[in-house]
Amino acid sequence: MSAGKNDGGNSSGGRAAILGAIRQSLGRPELNNEAKRDLNEHIAKHRANLVPARGKGEHGAQIKQFREMAEAVSCTVEIVPDEAAVPGVVAEYLRANNLPTQITLAPDEWLAGLDWDSQSLLETKSGAAGIDDLVSVTPAFAAVAETGTLVALSGGGHPTTLNFVPDYHVVALRTSQIVGAYEEVWTRLRKANKQGKGFTMPRNINMITGPSRTADIALTIELGAHGPRSLHIVLIDDESAGETSDRTDGETDGEVGQA
Amino acid sequence: MEFMKPGAFKDNARHALADENLRTAMTMLNAGMIPNRQGAVDRLPEFEKLSQQGRELKDHVLGHLDYYLERFERNCTAAGGHVHWCSTPEDARQAVLEICRSVDAKSVTKGKSMIAEEIHLNDFLEKHHIEPVETDLGEYIIQLAEEPPSHIIGPAIHKTKDQVSDLFLKHHAKLGRTERQTEPPAMVNEAREILRQKYFDADVGITGANYLIAETGSSIIVTNEGNGDLTQTLPKIHIVVTSLEKVVPTLEDATTFLRILARSATGQEFSAYTTISTGPRRADDVDGPSEYHVILLDNGRSAMLGSEVQDMLRCIRCGACMNHCPVYQSVGGHTYGTVYVGPMGAVLSPALLGVAETKHLPCASTMCGRCEEVCPVSIPLPRLLRQWREKQFEAGDGPSLERWGLSIWAFFATRPWLYDLGARMAMRGLAYLGRGKGRLSKLWFAGGWTDGRDLPAPEGQTFQERWRRQQRERALS
Repeated sequence: MSAGKNDGGNSSGGRAAILGAIRQSLGRPELNNEAKRDLNEHIAKHRANLVPARGKGEHGAQIKQFREMAEAVSCTVEIVPDEAAVPGVVAEYLRANNLPTQITLAPDEWLAGLDWDSQSLLETKSGAAGIDDLVSVTPAFAAVAETGTLVALSGGGHPTTLNFVPDYHVVALRTSQIVGAYEEVWTRLRKANKQGKGFTMPRNINMITGPSRTADIALTIELGAHGPRSLHIVLIDDESAGETSDRTDGETDGEVGQA
Repeated sequence: MEFMKPGAFKDNARHALADENLRTAMTMLNAGMIPNRQGAVDRLPEFEKLSQQGRELKDHVLGHLDYYLERFERNCTAAGGHVHWCSTPEDARQAVLEICRSVDAKSVTKGKSMIAEEIHLNDFLEKHHIEPVETDLGEYIIQLAEEPPSHIIGPAIHKTKDQVSDLFLKHHAKLGRTERQTEPPAMVNEAREILRQKYFDADVGITGANYLIAETGSSIIVTNEGNGDLTQTLPKIHIVVTSLEKVVPTLEDATTFLRILARSATGQEFSAYTTISTGPRRADDVDGPSEYHVILLDNGRSAMLGSEVQDMLRCIRCGACMNHCPVYQSVGGHTYGTVYVGPMGAVLSPALLGVAETKHLPCASTMCGRCEEVCPVSIPLPRLLRQWREKQFEAGDGPSLERWGLSIWAFFATRPWLYDLGARMAMRGLAYLGRGKGRLSKLWFAGGWTDGRDLPAPEGQTFQERWRRQQRERALS
């Protein structure tokens, strides 16, 4: 909480001048404590505004909608019955796309705990992305059915570069992590990262909707502008077999991307 | 680009109208952006309601802007970030330079930022021997072409595919890429490969912000290419250049705007990457910048509060107004000669640069009202343009012929009997001149009209005469 107040390095600028100019234009002095308390409360309640109906259906329908929306923005989605199947389908994905067998895994406890040794041809390493990394495999914090959006939180278990540097990004997602609307992700985040009365934000929340794209040359849409050319989602059905569905809500201590 | 000054709008427009490449590019814009947006809006039944909430939120924030900015600063600082309050573009440039010098920066990568354009950051950095590398493909293209952006979300929208091919060949040949690429996939790939190393080499990454969140002290960028994320994650320092009015109260409030932004801008349901950034890397992070700075620019915005043009501060920079503007579609963005173009630019630029500097802009409109219709936060752009016109007239700034004409018109309009008489005489006169053909192909003082098309000759009576007759007939029947 040290002094971050900076006047921009120039005497004609500065905080006091700008705040003073704002108050002069608004024709009032600084708000009194009572008015501030009301606004503080408004923030503390952080009430959701209108949530579209498409974000409010029952969970099964949301899973279906998530898949459809994600595929509509050029993701590929593959459903597997349990997490044990993940290393195998990743190996198969590399084969199908004629890719080398090196992958960079997010150093996430859950992901690293999967049986990667079962795939003898896979070479795994762990950590942030290097410039030559071609394929990354990461978890996600949640996913939003409304627009087929994955939500990743940066942290020791999930370096942000893994989402952007490699050409191929594979995300291992559990069906229990899929919610209808963005607001539900914020609710889960506030709970997972609770600290005192508030919560802590990770350095990055990455909302990812399909692979990288551009239309900057003659309005033609091309994939793989600077980020991944392909985004593959391995969707683990962790609910049908009677597994708990609230893992994401369970933890309260970390800023780690994978709850 | 000498001719691209706001005062030269008329000359610029003449150039633009004769530019075949621009015509091709603008036709594509028209065919793509308009139906794309409409489709996205139609697919979300709640769109209008969300827009209305967005508008109300912005108005609320503007009324309490000092509070929300202080709150933003407090939370940004608590998360380890630094906020730099800058009244003028020069303050902002100096703040950026000071940060760059602290790590002896040689090169900076840049995500797309209109504030960086507004403060002309690239020229400034180059002058101080720091290489700015634009990484958004559109910005990269215009950086190579040494041109300003012609659209706020598609900066190179005025360039055809062939023009980009030529430009890439010219600039990439010295990097060993001597084959002229003609198809977009190969061109995109070439730029991708060239920029890749630059991301890793840069000392500082500069992005803009679509929103700032008071509750968390965060900034948000909305992009499609992923360049903004590489820009802000790989270098040692992340600088956000942004302006006062971008702040919103909470994550939930930001969410409402995210639902309308992409749909209005590109017609996407959601852009590929929406990234919320808070402070520098944490203790257990293995990547991300070690410093996070937010440059908060005023540059005339605080003075817009409480004024007739305050509504303009609601703008979320989606670009829908220019996509739908018949003037923009005809002459393109460069004609405006300002950083912000189209209807929003014609309203905002006089506030940032002064009415005298931008005298043609408020007149560069047909007042058709399409911009206001598609504006997701209901900015009354035609009304604001009219206000600037009035201000100009009061200040005596308009072109003298126009002022003279308006004074004559006002003289007659405030004397109804004289106006009536004049109209009747003009009517008879024009009818006489156009006799036989029923139209006029030449008319004194009206060359601007008759050079391009004929003026239909009036027939019969003036409006007032017909009105009176109709009233009489109605009274009798």
